[in-house]
Amino acid sequence: MSDAMIIVLTAGLTATALALLGPFLVLRRVALMGDAVSHAVLPGIVAAFLVFQTRAPLVVILGAAAFALICVLAIEALRGTGLVASDAAIGLVFPALFALGVLGIHRYAANIHLDLDSTIYGEIAFAPFRTLDLGGVEVVRSVLIMGVVAAVNLGLITLLWKELKVTSFDPDFARSIRFSPTVVARLLLIAVAVTAVTAFESVGAILVVALLIVPAAAAYLMTDRLVAMVAIAVAIGWVSSVVGYAGAVEVDASIAGAMGLTAAVIFGIALLASPRHGLIARAVRRARTRRAVERALAEERGAQGAGA
Amino acid sequence: MAPALDIPALEVAHLTVSYGSTPALWDVDATFPSGAMSAIVGPNGSGKSTLIAAALGLVPSDSGRSTIFGRPAKEAMRRVAYVPQRESVDWDFPITVREVVEMGRYAEAGWLRRISRSDRAIVDGAIERVGMAPYSRRQIGQLSGGQRQRVFIARALAQEADLLVFDEPFAGVDARTEAALLSLLAQLRDREGRSVVMVHHDLQTVRSMVDWVLLLNVRAIACGPVASTMTPDNLRRVYGAADIGAPAAEGAAWVP
Ligand SMILES: Nc1ncnc2c1ncn2[C@@H]1O[C@H](COP(=O)(O)OP(=O)(O)OP(=O)(O)O)[C@@H](O)[C@H]1O
Ligand SMILES: [Mg+2]
Repeated sequence: MSDAMIIVLTAGLTATALALLGPFLVLRRVALMGDAVSHAVLPGIVAAFLVFQTRAPLVVILGAAAFALICVLAIEALRGTGLVASDAAIGLVFPALFALGVLGIHRYAANIHLDLDSTIYGEIAFAPFRTLDLGGVEVVRSVLIMGVVAAVNLGLITLLWKELKVTSFDPDFARSIRFSPTVVARLLLIAVAVTAVTAFESVGAILVVALLIVPAAAAYLMTDRLVAMVAIAVAIGWVSSVVGYAGAVEVDASIAGAMGLTAAVIFGIALLASPRHGLIARAVRRARTRRAVERALAEERGAQGAGA
Repeated sequence: MAPALDIPALEVAHLTVSYGSTPALWDVDATFPSGAMSAIVGPNGSGKSTLIAAALGLVPSDSGRSTIFGRPAKEAMRRVAYVPQRESVDWDFPITVREVVEMGRYAEAGWLRRISRSDRAIVDGAIERVGMAPYSRRQIGQLSGGQRQRVFIARALAQEADLLVFDEPFAGVDARTEAALLSLLAQLRDREGRSVVMVHHDLQTVRSMVDWVLLLNVRAIACGPVASTMTPDNLRRVYGAADIGAPAAEGAAWVP
């Protein structure tokens, strides 16, 4: 495999894993979950270092994942009290955890280099160089990991499809038929936390935060069907990966930056030009309808005038 | 028809519910027979919605108990289909009318399993019955208020529950559709022995279509067969001194 293919494949699989979950976050109005997790993992890295005195990737990932889970479950618990709105719950939890991490670094790790960029946030450009030996076969680490995570997420939302649909759309009804919205929300958020942390490690934070929400938000403008929304989000993730990579090579820029920006541009295009809810389509439709109505009214009046 | 009183569809005993320190329901005893169409009648704020929610265990009560077909409400909820007064759903959600009605079959299908072919037939039937078949592929938010209400009634019908609990099901529904849905409910009662409990403000309809009525104004004023319960005297006690001909005695004075 060429380096280009490895990078695009890594990005595409990461985008798939994220875009399978993103639509549910957008619909549940907790779109900033990804940003929250990206900050909340800091104390996990400090804790891992304190306990194991190492910055080895596996230890760091486990520490980060633990705090990612604490973050998403605490946000959901706050929301569940009914006293704190979704956006406020997110805004309350992750700064607290981030602050805890900053305190921890200051207190225990001031003289060593411990920060998010050097520990957990990966760089997609290095993906081709990080390989694993699987029984004699050399596989690219990020492709393997993100492939597995994407497959698990696909299995999860396929299995829990109707549960996710009913608890996202009508939690009160779901509760009345014993489809616990709390249980479903927790499963979804655990998947989000695990996916985000593994993806941070493979491709870096910006790309994760972007690919979790931007494709889902663009897909939301393009369809009235949940299944189509998820499929379109995945497709947008792949297009962003391919086009973003090509663009980055072309102008010799950051690959993750270019992919994230491509996703944002696709969202912009959807906002303007989506055949269903786009601003242009809406304006055209309204103008066309108005002309048709005017014509019909004129004809009707003409007919009445002739009849009188 | 003569409602069977042996095992009531829904029964509350000494039910007291308060929001904060003011009671919304005070020591309410009421029985709704099975195989009958029952109504709960009372002015705005008299506790009708609260009674339903508390009886189904959706709102905590301060004291008292409630049974559904003789079992504690928590255990018997699977036999109940409930349409609340106002749906608190996201109307922009990417979901069609048909998909909403399909949710009525989810409990039957169970966790992780898809709904079956026979479930689909039941869903089609329910959509047909409320006259929403031409709209079944529409996104839920692209409907009028009355049409939305009909979708949620269809979802309750699709649940094929033994007890249908409707909180003002016909608010916003046009008169012709209301009459059609009422006769459908009467059919379900007569042919399949289903029980219906609904909040309804139109006393005329209650008199002509309903078997059994609870007059409620924080306290249970009277509960029994329509003919012997909806007396002018009882209605005056429920609605206060206001004109009892008016469907909703807004702001009627009452003393808890
Ligand atoms: N969530 C709440 N918090 C505080 N008070 C409430 C709440 N819900 C209802 N109430 C109060 O409880 C009383 C009963 O309300 P409820 O909704 O049961 O009335 P209702 O009979 O259904 O009225 P309507 O005919 O308007 O639907 C009212 O006085 C209302 O103000
Ligand atoms: Mg009410």
